[in-house]
Amino acid sequence: MRWFLIDRFTEFVSGDYAVAVRSISLSEDAVDDYVPGFPTYPSSLIVEGMAQTGGILGTQVGDFEHRMVLAKIMKLQLHTEAIPGDLLTLRADLQAHTADGAVIRGTVHRGNFLLAEMELMFAILNDERFKNVKLFEPAGFCRMLRVLKLFDVGVNPDGSPIKIPDFMLEAERAELSAS
Amino acid sequence: MPSNEEVFEKVKEALMDALGVDDDEVTPEATLVGDLGAESIDFLDIVFKLEKAFDITIPRDDLFPDDVLTSAEYVQEGRVTEVGLAKLKERMPFADLTKFEENPLVQDFGNLLTVQDLCNYVSTKVA
Repeated sequence: MRWFLIDRFTEFVSGDYAVAVRSISLSEDAVDDYVPGFPTYPSSLIVEGMAQTGGILGTQVGDFEHRMVLAKIMKLQLHTEAIPGDLLTLRADLQAHTADGAVIRGTVHRGNFLLAEMELMFAILNDERFKNVKLFEPAGFCRMLRVLKLFDVGVNPDGSPIKIPDFMLEAERAELSAS
Repeated sequence: MPSNEEVFEKVKEALMDALGVDDDEVTPEATLVGDLGAESIDFLDIVFKLEKAFDITIPRDDLFPDDVLTSAEYVQEGRVTEVGLAKLKERMPFADLTKFEENPLVQDFGNLLTVQDLCNYVSTKVA
């Protein structure tokens, strides 16, 4: 991810749901510059934050081996804007998951107030054309997931902690020994 | 077992939701691609909605037999062969292939499916 649009995961149950938090700050260009004099967090970035939350939830089911991309915003209701100082809670619930994609139902709250709700569809790029394409470098992606505290809070439905996939650990080791 | 009308109503609702089309645009003869403007990504959406509405599983190959359409055995110079057409009929008994058969260009296959074909397919899955 070139932009981190979620700050960290607070809950993550494999194949079920994930909760992430995002604090909105006036010091972000996107907030200060979007509507000069009226600092608001662009709603499109709320949707993208949910896409990150839901996309990671969806792709973790396959141990991060599949290329999962946001394909369609099926439903979206934005009830109000997010402003500097807000702490947003983004919750993604996995509604469907097949070999071709996934559907996430997402809700965004500011405290108890429902700011936005949406349904997002993801597609898994498993066409022949994409055979040798990597969406992310495994070591970099692993670092990103560590930073988001995924492996700190992530559990399987039986309560056991989510393990970092071997291919990521190997990529990390390779990167560290190369430097 | 849902009746044909019930199947049609649910399929219509899924198509209206996925494609943003009006009630009166979704007729049995309407083609998903040509008449209703479905794009490839919409098919995934439609599949998810139908799976949910009818509690069925729709393998991708059922509606899009890519293995037939990309096989040298069944396709020659962009046209589906006699053997290929027979294979398609066998794999897709719910679809009316007569129009396609007149000029079976692989590139036109996407525009084959009509709303009625989809209803027929769903009916076989819920049976």
